[in-house]
Amino acid sequence: MLKKLLIATALIASATSSTLADPPKGYVSVKPTSKDHPLKELVSGYWYRDPATRAIQDDEFQNPGMLLVEAGKELWSKVDGKAGKSCASCHGDPKKSMANVGTSFPKMMGQGDKRTLRNVESQINVCRTENMQAEPWKLESKDMLAMTVFTKHQSLGKPVNVKVDGEAAKWFEKGKAMYYTRTGQLDLSCSHCHEMMEGKYIRSDHLSQGQINGFPLYRLKDQAVLSVHKRFEGCIRDTRAEFPKAGSDDLLALELYVAWRGNGLPVETPAVRH
Amino acid sequence: MSNIKPRVKAPKTAKVGEIVEIKSLITHEMESGQRKDKDGAVIPRKIINKFVATANGKEVFSAAIAPAISANPYIAFKMKVEAATELKLVWTEDGGAEFSDVQNIAIG
Amino acid sequence: MTNLTRRDTMVLGAASLAVATSLNTPALADAKTADESLAKLGLSGASASADLVLDMPEIAENGNTVPLTVSVKSKMTADDYVKRVVLVADGNPAPEVVTFNFTPASGEAYASTRMRLAKTQNVIAVAETSKGAKLMAKREVKVTIGGCGG
Repeated sequence: MLKKLLIATALIASATSSTLADPPKGYVSVKPTSKDHPLKELVSGYWYRDPATRAIQDDEFQNPGMLLVEAGKELWSKVDGKAGKSCASCHGDPKKSMANVGTSFPKMMGQGDKRTLRNVESQINVCRTENMQAEPWKLESKDMLAMTVFTKHQSLGKPVNVKVDGEAAKWFEKGKAMYYTRTGQLDLSCSHCHEMMEGKYIRSDHLSQGQINGFPLYRLKDQAVLSVHKRFEGCIRDTRAEFPKAGSDDLLALELYVAWRGNGLPVETPAVRH
Repeated sequence: MSNIKPRVKAPKTAKVGEIVEIKSLITHEMESGQRKDKDGAVIPRKIINKFVATANGKEVFSAAIAPAISANPYIAFKMKVEAATELKLVWTEDGGAEFSDVQNIAIG
Repeated sequence: MTNLTRRDTMVLGAASLAVATSLNTPALADAKTADESLAKLGLSGASASADLVLDMPEIAENGNTVPLTVSVKSKMTADDYVKRVVLVADGNPAPEVVTFNFTPASGEAYASTRMRLAKTQNVIAVAETSKGAKLMAKREVKVTIGGCGG
């Protein structure tokens, strides 16, 4: 039913440009940085949400994600692991050392045969296990979310700028293929909702471009902060498909590709969405 | 849970007679008692049910809170500053546990 | 509804578990309807007044966190001040929302918070003054549940 509806509307609205159905006051869009970008303009998920939701994101005091920024700040100086170090021991002032975390990850990290694409979460665990000799944090655990939010928040307002060339190219291509591949019982790909139909409504949900410039973010629906992979899980599950495991290479590739789709949008971590 | 942290926004100084806004937030799931877990059992209610603000020991404002208040309860209220004030905010959880925060407002 | 059924969202759980509400709720509770709740607090018969402003969005895109602000026009002096403002919702599993208690030291009868709405319904505010006056304001808030969104 859903598929027929989407195909029908796709045929009618085949040459859609990526604009909001009824843009709210003050709405800002960004031109994509690369020429072969599938969207004409980039709009943060922020603008698809109603004024009350946007107000909560903007109010640093009320934004529940900021509670995790504070928690992350505390963890930053906390000694953990056999090496007797804290993040601060090596990285000093997070405002300086983490300034580009939100704009550059996922990216190629590591030496020799350990070199691979890492997102913030996986890099945090590499740092913890290898440099701090501490236990890795579980994905979606409060500590992991807090540190991810805290470090990405240091790039607040800066434009996302992930690299997809050179070594990262094969990850980029993988992610792109995933983005456009139909999956699940509902036989949908990410592009159906977030490229073909973005700006339109699916029931009462306002379809956004599926950008991730605000992640990890607070979801009103879950009343909790979620990571990118957790969100991908939810989306893929909605097509009634089996989803790749959080932290897997597949999702890392997808994360890189989706981040690239938002290159130019400001980092909003921690954003608030519904 | 040690995860329960209050957060308060209050001015550092105020003039005598000035009405200031105090914003408060506390991390708390506010488990309503309406939800069921994966096995179908009701997750028991556990919420912050009371919030009291005192200025120099005297109650200024309070709230009796029901499960309909959202998680990470946010409460903002106003207060007339008459003198240098020690503002104490206390949140009480079902079961009696208390969490508090103190803010000092100087005259100036 | 395609896939919300398996999720323990407040919104869905709420409607089907009306029974479980009264189990261990202290003080305020036990009232089945918004009117009963107000009656228990001695606040029946309040008259609509423009002096009591209940500010809420017309449409809440998510019922979990809906902002609200109440304010009452009042001198807030020792002999004439707003004692309390009670908020109830007529479509939630339990009608009580919150009661704000003010004193003359409040300066202004004003409070703001965020509430949960199980579905489209009315939120009613009743203010009681130290002189015994009862004021009422009502807002209908439409709650939309998304069509998708993991």
